[in-house]
Amino acid sequence: MTVLAVDVDKVLGGLKLAVHFRAAGGVTALFGPSGAGKTSIVNMIAGLLSPDRGHITLDDTVLFDAARRIDVPPHRRRIGYVFQEGRLFPHLSVRQNLDYGRRMSGRPRDVREFERIAALLGITQLLNRRPRMLSGGERQRVAIGRALLMRPRLLLLDEPLASLDAGHKREILPYLVRLRDEAAIPMVYVSHTAAEVRRIATTVVRLDGGRVVATGGIELLAGPEVEALE
Amino acid sequence: MLDLSAAEWTALKLSLRIAVVATAWAVPFAVLIGWLLARKNFWGKTILDGLVHLPLVLPPVVTGYLLLIGFGRKGPIGGFLHDYFGIVFAFRWTGAALAAAVMGFPLMVRPIRLALETIDRHLEDAAATLGANRVLVFLTVTLPLALPGIIAGVLLCFARALGEFGATITFVSNIPGETQTLSAAIYTFLQIPDGEAAAVRMVVIAIVLAFAALFAAEWLGRRATTRFHGE
Repeated sequence: MTVLAVDVDKVLGGLKLAVHFRAAGGVTALFGPSGAGKTSIVNMIAGLLSPDRGHITLDDTVLFDAARRIDVPPHRRRIGYVFQEGRLFPHLSVRQNLDYGRRMSGRPRDVREFERIAALLGITQLLNRRPRMLSGGERQRVAIGRALLMRPRLLLLDEPLASLDAGHKREILPYLVRLRDEAAIPMVYVSHTAAEVRRIATTVVRLDGGRVVATGGIELLAGPEVEALE
Repeated sequence: MLDLSAAEWTALKLSLRIAVVATAWAVPFAVLIGWLLARKNFWGKTILDGLVHLPLVLPPVVTGYLLLIGFGRKGPIGGFLHDYFGIVFAFRWTGAALAAAVMGFPLMVRPIRLALETIDRHLEDAAATLGANRVLVFLTVTLPLALPGIIAGVLLCFARALGEFGATITFVSNIPGETQTLSAAIYTFLQIPDGEAAAVRMVVIAIVLAFAALFAAEWLGRRATTRFHGE
């Protein structure tokens, strides 16, 4: 069953993106070297960047269709986005950051859901802190929680571990695996690290120079050119 | 020492009222113009930037005269406002507030614009993905993060408004109880033979007010900065 269908072209400076892939549930990894256009693709899925041509659909919803001039703005897509640098709001506490999506949608408070996700990510004891007082790993866990609590239809994770040192990477990965197994939210996971992708992905889309070079399971992560990327 | 006469009290209260009203009216416009200058590219941006800064570089008397031409009861804007809304600026305290706002405006726009330029736009993108429309993004992310700049701008404008003299006296004259501010009163007292004692009292008040405004702004600014950017 297809959940997400992406077929887009976009010229970005020197890079000509022409990407076509489909993703079912589970975790779809966009895997490739830096400069392959991975972040631009998730930005287009989120609605932060408009493709030049093509279409993007999620379940039955058309998010973007150049021919029909459809471009749903990001705030109406309900797609959670965990950015590489977390992007927590510095003027809000952890609790307010986590609660931001619910407040913007005007949904009533759901204390049990809030506590469940805070516990899942191990951030319950951080709720009254400011983002500045958090370690890199804690910040990233809060960012994941913030995206989950908006009840997304799809979760985008753009190199969520890239800004962390090895210790913090080991700290976050188990949470992501748990998330994959416990929350029934499809995810698109961007990474250039094969080891990471091997642990988390159910489907792999390999990108290079703005194009999809292969699609399949994690067996795509074997081979000399992949090792060279590490 | 601060045994003020009724006329002196009137001038003091009038000055404060004019400065508060001028600053309060200037804030939304300064945020709008600061935002346009920081974020948008449009035809005439350089002209708008220049116009906003004009009162800073023009002799205040010239600004006052231009206000008199434009906002006097027979002026194009003043006439319109009078005929359709019954608003009168000429020789009224409202005119003094307008002059004070115009003179303080560039000082308010500048820090707001700078604050808006330094905000990480990526945070606004993050807010959008979390379901905030553009207005909500502005109100819940942009504006709070620009608050230290807005506070700085408010103080500078207020201080300028409180001390305004040249444009005010040119535009709305020096009418006790209506347009005679602290500065105008000091000027008047210095013109009359026995007025010096009164002038000195007003000068002391002016100094106290200036310090109070400075301390208030320092305190508010520090609170906003710690609140929004961590301890």
